[in-house]
Amino acid sequence: MAKFQPGDQVRIRVGVPPTHFRTPEYVQGKHGQIETSWGPFPNPEGLAYGGDGLPAQPLYLVKFAQTDLWKEYKGAAQDTLLLDIYENWLETI
Amino acid sequence: MVEKGHSHGDNAKYYSLRAEAIQELLIEKGICSMDDILTMADQIDSRSPEDGAKVLAHAWVDSEYKARLLADAETALMELGYDLPETAPKLTVLENTDDVHNMAVCTLCSCYPRAIIGRPPAWYKGLAYRSRVVVDPRGVLKEFGTELDESIEVRVIDSSADFRYLILPKRPAGTEEMSEEELAKLITQESMIGVGLAVSPEQTKSI
Repeated sequence: MAKFQPGDQVRIRVGVPPTHFRTPEYVQGKHGQIETSWGPFPNPEGLAYGGDGLPAQPLYLVKFAQTDLWKEYKGAAQDTLLLDIYENWLETI
Repeated sequence: MVEKGHSHGDNAKYYSLRAEAIQELLIEKGICSMDDILTMADQIDSRSPEDGAKVLAHAWVDSEYKARLLADAETALMELGYDLPETAPKLTVLENTDDVHNMAVCTLCSCYPRAIIGRPPAWYKGLAYRSRVVVDPRGVLKEFGTELDESIEVRVIDSSADFRYLILPKRPAGTEEMSEEELAKLITQESMIGVGLAVSPEQTKSI
């Protein structure tokens, strides 16, 4: 069951495990908004080591304001960045 | 400047040896067979930007097809005879409009909609593009020859997980009379990644 709905505000968990993970550091600690809820997918953090990736992790497309990601962003104020993030990396604000 | 060459350069031999070693291990451990590897490589090699262009040009001329393609790319692709292999990651098509310009990257590695448009260009896998496009997308666009109005939302899509993103470029003005086949020629690999726009009919004449 997906914990978040489109429109929800989330914070990306901070962490750099020594193992495989797919949440780039440049979004860690940042606030974003759920754009799409994709449903459950096998967790790549287990798949990477030959595991079954279970329990599956709900996956979301998360939208960020570029001006929130980079202090010195040179583009326009409405520019955004979208990224798929697994639920175990998302925190409620 | 976006580095257009292959980032590994002198290390090419090292990487090819490493790939060979990984391949041997995968087979030895029974994770996959040589046949699986060859089938997958053949599948990727059988696709090229022309395949994507054909599908996207169809979406330009048929608005109902476009709606189906944007809602469920995999089913819509089947209508045109493209069956994505079961092992392929999920595919989503994002539409560029007057208000939003999408551009795709994979900052973690080189995720790309290979199942429909084949292998990515070398610069797509290079560190320069991957690290810069997320920070300065408009600067990178400019280097590819595209300057977008300040009023447009530039949206970088970083494909980091189970989805691959194919961009449906905006149909250029002055193409109303063109056939689907002619339209497909306007849709370049760069426009399907979003670092460029579809070629305009004027540009075609000047080539």
